[in-house]
Amino acid sequence: MFIDNQMEVDCYHCGQACSNDVIKLENKNFCCLGCKTVYEILNQNQLCTYYSIESNPGIKPQEINKNKFNYLDDPKIIKELLSSEIDNIAMVNFYIPIIHCSSCIWLLENLFKVNAAILSSKVDFLKKEVTVQFKSDTITLKEVVTILSSLGYEPSINLSSVDKKNIVTNKETYYKLGIAGFCFGNIMLFSFPEYLSIDNQFYKNLFAYLNLLLSIPVLLYSARGYLTSAYKGLKYRFFNIDLPLSIGILALFFRSAYEVISGAGAGFFDSFSGLIFFLLIGKAFQERTYKMLNFDRDYRSYFPLSVVVVKNNKETSIPVSNIRIGDRLLIHNSELIPVDSILINGNGVIDYSFVTGESKLNKLASGSLIYAGGKHFGSIIEVEAIKEVSQSYLTQLWNNDNFNKKKEDKLISFTNFVSKYFTLAILIIGFLAFFLTLSNGLGYSVNVLTAVLIVACPCALALSIPFTFGNILRIMSNNKFYLKNITIIQELAKINHIIFDKTGTITSNNKSVIQYFGDKLNQYENKLVFSTASASTHPLSKLIVSNMSQTEYINPKNYMEYEGQGVISEIEDNYIKLGSSKFVSGIHNNDSGSKVFLSINDCSKGYFLIKPEYRTGLNMFICELKKDYSLSLLSGDNNSEKNFLSKIFPNESNLLFNQSPFDKLNYIQKLKAKGQKILMVGDGLNDAGALNNSDVGIAVSDDVHSFSPACDAIIDSNVLYRLSDFLKFSKTGLNIIYLSFFISFLYNIVGLFFAVQGLLVPLVAAILMPLSSISVIAFASLSVKYAAKRYNLE
Amino acid sequence: MSVIAVLICISLAVALIFLAAFLWSVKNGQYSDTYTPSVRMLFDDEIKKEENINKEK
Repeated sequence: MFIDNQMEVDCYHCGQACSNDVIKLENKNFCCLGCKTVYEILNQNQLCTYYSIESNPGIKPQEINKNKFNYLDDPKIIKELLSSEIDNIAMVNFYIPIIHCSSCIWLLENLFKVNAAILSSKVDFLKKEVTVQFKSDTITLKEVVTILSSLGYEPSINLSSVDKKNIVTNKETYYKLGIAGFCFGNIMLFSFPEYLSIDNQFYKNLFAYLNLLLSIPVLLYSARGYLTSAYKGLKYRFFNIDLPLSIGILALFFRSAYEVISGAGAGFFDSFSGLIFFLLIGKAFQERTYKMLNFDRDYRSYFPLSVVVVKNNKETSIPVSNIRIGDRLLIHNSELIPVDSILINGNGVIDYSFVTGESKLNKLASGSLIYAGGKHFGSIIEVEAIKEVSQSYLTQLWNNDNFNKKKEDKLISFTNFVSKYFTLAILIIGFLAFFLTLSNGLGYSVNVLTAVLIVACPCALALSIPFTFGNILRIMSNNKFYLKNITIIQELAKINHIIFDKTGTITSNNKSVIQYFGDKLNQYENKLVFSTASASTHPLSKLIVSNMSQTEYINPKNYMEYEGQGVISEIEDNYIKLGSSKFVSGIHNNDSGSKVFLSINDCSKGYFLIKPEYRTGLNMFICELKKDYSLSLLSGDNNSEKNFLSKIFPNESNLLFNQSPFDKLNYIQKLKAKGQKILMVGDGLNDAGALNNSDVGIAVSDDVHSFSPACDAIIDSNVLYRLSDFLKFSKTGLNIIYLSFFISFLYNIVGLFFAVQGLLVPLVAAILMPLSSISVIAFASLSVKYAAKRYNLE
Repeated sequence: MSVIAVLICISLAVALIFLAAFLWSVKNGQYSDTYTPSVRMLFDDEIKKEENINKEK
């Protein structure tokens, strides 16, 4: 009997379809107890405006392990997490990745209505952070976190947030920008008489000295960064772009100062302050854009903060950093093992995909060694720690050079290359002009020399890169493609070979992959199936578990797994069978599509149908890519899908199956040796080594907040099919940069034309230099916008 | 024409006040989050609407 076509009712809280048991309250439907509970909490506290700001803004709450936040009782941890505690008023910063809409902001800022001990809370939406102020004598940190979790907004607390690298919000750039802007504006105003050639000697002097005065803070404070950077570069014989910039800056300032003090003229203070101002705008823009895409997570963000330790038959939660050798730890289902340890009690079923890349489940017997980073599935096990967190294999793996590969920043070295030759060329031209005009007098020659140094500005280099790349980065993130930094854009533009992983990359991990056909299961039967499947090591069981809604796990009294056939478990006097049709009911079924049959107490209930669901648009997606790139597929699974995939992938591409992580690495090395530039698209966890060794590694993610260590970019699974657009966009970005260099080059030629003839008066400089800066910025920004529109990315 | 000297001083003084205001606002953290206030601004309407609805009841 097939049962489908439930009347589609959506949950009032989270908006998801209420499939099985619809829970009703006050004429509203809820998909689960959790959603209903959150609604009740909000209702009681007059927070129902939450629902009127956005539709179905709620988040379906996960089952909370009651002891999950026990580690927050530890005063050491509290002290580290709180950002301040004065007079019993504590402030704490939480990162809540699930913040996604204005309702979230509204609710989180109205937390004081839920509990009076919470004084105030403030959300930073882009950073997804909440700062909560509460009375620490009335309510504990643990209670605050529990309240947040009960509303569905569980904060993500992990080792790295406790370690707290100082995130200094860079206010310096804004200070410098403000001062430069203030001085620039006023200097421009005071330069008008000079432009208009007004001949009142008193005012000429007044304005000249005012300009000089106003330029001093610009030189000493706003321009300081560039000067020190150039100086350091020189000291270590390293050419960076700040060198020609600093030459220009110093030439501008000292020539102008000399002119004013000797009464020879008005100087170029307007161009000077204008230059600094525009450069700082570029810098501020760059910082702002890059800050938004904070990406660099290391292994510590993945580790849990606490673990249950057993001492003298008492269970306590301790922070992971306090684990000592010899401690006995209790690891629950789907928990991560934080340290290298030996299995003492229980059935260890460990998944090392995080560490080795293999998604195989390893069944371990008592006495076996378990490495940190393994995830345990099944009933609770007791392990004895043999190393501390910092010394474990996993930590060493992470600190391994393989993962810390610093890719050479090609474009930055390109700009350094250009700067070197630019500086040399300018110096040569300057001195050439100097010597050639010596016949007109020393003063004239010096003027020419300094004019050359002033007008030759590599502004394009300093401005086009932050604006172009910053905009590209931002547009890509708006389209759910998150790059780690701007180097990646350059690398993406050079790719000629793309390698795909199969499972999780071109197939989706969605719930729709599994369908249950048969008698509807009540809640208790669901728990039985869940518990049985959880205890099994078979990948199909794992898939079943991941597709079932969270429910209570009951430890099976008896459990037997028959390799290749199925599992039988005895839970609370019920016999559950999961497996092949023949195993479960004796009926032979020739349908080879993966079906897992279920019977409870010898009564056939139905079956789970599991088929690999390829992501939508795969055909078109591969078609588009094969025009410009060579393609390969490397999969760790068997070749049952080979026929289907050979029809989609072009004939010349390599489709390799049964690849171990090592095989994948080898394949990549071979391609690299042939000079190919490789883009690897994987699911982040299982292909860690391969992703890292390719020129660019992209992790496909259904949830972009989950951890993807080795990749250079994360792409949301829904937009994977737009990969070719993203690649073309990066190529265009690089072209835009080269074009803007060219434009700046033209300006330099024009400027030099004036300079060598000694015709560079303040007015000309004041027009030429801002004009070149603005046009480069405008060109870069507008071209990126246009390119984005062309690829439908805006 | 000498009044210009006075005017210059005044204009500089006013500009300095604005500079001070800008520097203070940066120090105050107003530039650390430029997105959320735009959303937060819209919430007051909701509260007023609620009050009106409550009043009408």
